[in-house]
Amino acid sequence: MKKLLQLSLAVSALFAAGAHAEELSGTLKKIKDSGVIVVGHRDSSIPFSYLDNQKPIGYSMDLANKIVENVKKELKLPNLQVRYNLVTSQTRIPLVQNGTVDFECGSTTNNLERQKQVSFSVGMFEIGTRLLTKKTSGVKDFADLSGKNVVTTAGTTSERLIKSMNAEKKLDMNIISAKDHGESFLMLESGRAVAFMMDDALLAGEMAKAKKPDDWVIVGKPQSYEIYGCMLRKDDPQFKKVIDDALKAAFKSAEMNSIYKRWFESPIPPKGLNMKFPMSQELKELLANPTDKSAEQM
Amino acid sequence: MNYNWDWRVFFKPTGIGNEIYLDWFVTGLGWTIALALSAWVIALLLGSLLGVMRTLPGRYAARIAGAYVELFRNVPLLVQLFVWYFIVPDWLPEPLEDWFKQDLHPAISAFISVTICLGLFTAARVCEQVRTGIQALPRGQAMAAYALGLSLPQVYRQVLLPQAFRIIIPPLTSEFLNVFKNSSVASLIGLMELLAQTKQTAEFTANLFEAFTLATLIYFTLNMGLMLFMRWVEKRVRVPGLIALGGK
Repeated sequence: MKKLLQLSLAVSALFAAGAHAEELSGTLKKIKDSGVIVVGHRDSSIPFSYLDNQKPIGYSMDLANKIVENVKKELKLPNLQVRYNLVTSQTRIPLVQNGTVDFECGSTTNNLERQKQVSFSVGMFEIGTRLLTKKTSGVKDFADLSGKNVVTTAGTTSERLIKSMNAEKKLDMNIISAKDHGESFLMLESGRAVAFMMDDALLAGEMAKAKKPDDWVIVGKPQSYEIYGCMLRKDDPQFKKVIDDALKAAFKSAEMNSIYKRWFESPIPPKGLNMKFPMSQELKELLANPTDKSAEQM
Repeated sequence: MNYNWDWRVFFKPTGIGNEIYLDWFVTGLGWTIALALSAWVIALLLGSLLGVMRTLPGRYAARIAGAYVELFRNVPLLVQLFVWYFIVPDWLPEPLEDWFKQDLHPAISAFISVTICLGLFTAARVCEQVRTGIQALPRGQAMAAYALGLSLPQVYRQVLLPQAFRIIIPPLTSEFLNVFKNSSVASLIGLMELLAQTKQTAEFTANLFEAFTLATLIYFTLNMGLMLFMRWVEKRVRVPGLIALGGK
């Protein structure tokens, strides 16, 4: 009896392994059948994923290319056609879900709400939510914002954090939710708000774009840490493995440092701005120990 | 499609104070109605004035009103909004500018900008309708009124406008509904009206389709109600036998 059980286990294991090696399913099958892979990108998430001369470039796009290379290798399709599809913060989830986009790499935070709709790759970036303010404003930390106008971008985690902080600590701030990071910075620059709360890497990007970058400073203790990941459809273990393997291999390689330096510590297109944003301790740890968990799960 | 529907999402806590997501929609609807009604008051008053100007015998009044219509009708609403919100406040004298940008609650300053913008934009359209309403009347009406010895204001107040407004109720109704729909541009300058609250809910919960479905239903119901109300007004003010007002 025991032998029979062992035999049947061995046979079923064999079958499972065979099925895994031969049969493609989910997105990989779709890519193999159509000969096209569709990559979702953003248009102004500097320096993660943005357009330069109609071409998507950035830190996340370099990593997306690593993923595409791995898909080509895995499917033995060296001439796989790559199509880029622009997504916005509102369309990115439905376009992944309905199959328009095979995976998205931009500046998408991995969080629990989104995990109900889509699956995330291992994290590729980690940010802290902080404040951008004028050097002369006297704002040093969140407590200094009491009774003042603060801007944040609509639909971001920062918006949720600052609104709940306002309610809990009774800071009596007036919170403005601007439609995108560019407009948030405009509110700050035109004096409608004293500070702009957002992901520190994006704040550095806005600061680099300012007329006088030296007038501005990023301050405050990070109110949260967030991990960016690439998005793919849920319940697609084969495709997820190809994506994760590509990213993990990239994180381990010596090239990772040069990818980081290219986008965060050297002049970047289109205007040759330098973000001057050295790699944080949190990101170093994330790259050394890849995980597909969100920051709140860790 | 690989979507995870969850209609209970509206009753979940937002994590901000004690609110649930449905509360956001209620707040948003409140702002939308306040915005649309304030803008409509401006549009109706200014539009009627301009519409009358376009039909006055003098040349200058008609030209001024005509130029106004061309300017406000030919520039996209969104561009006009950015001008009112980002540029016009910079023209104010310094203390007033600082007060408007910094001391005033950001929701109020945004509300003022959108109300003015939407009111003036819609006034251009109301103006054209009032003008056509007046011009649709037989020319003999005004002539007869003058012949009876009525003054110019009396001709408009007693004879032309009461009839013209009755004629244009149906197109005015569409403008009235448009104000409610157009008020959604306010979401782009951070005023948390219905569309902004919908987008925020969609982002926070990742339940985009539920949020937009609810918003669609709210806009639809609201506009349906307004339309029925306007039909009732139309019937109420009808003068039998005066003009063929659709329906015998």
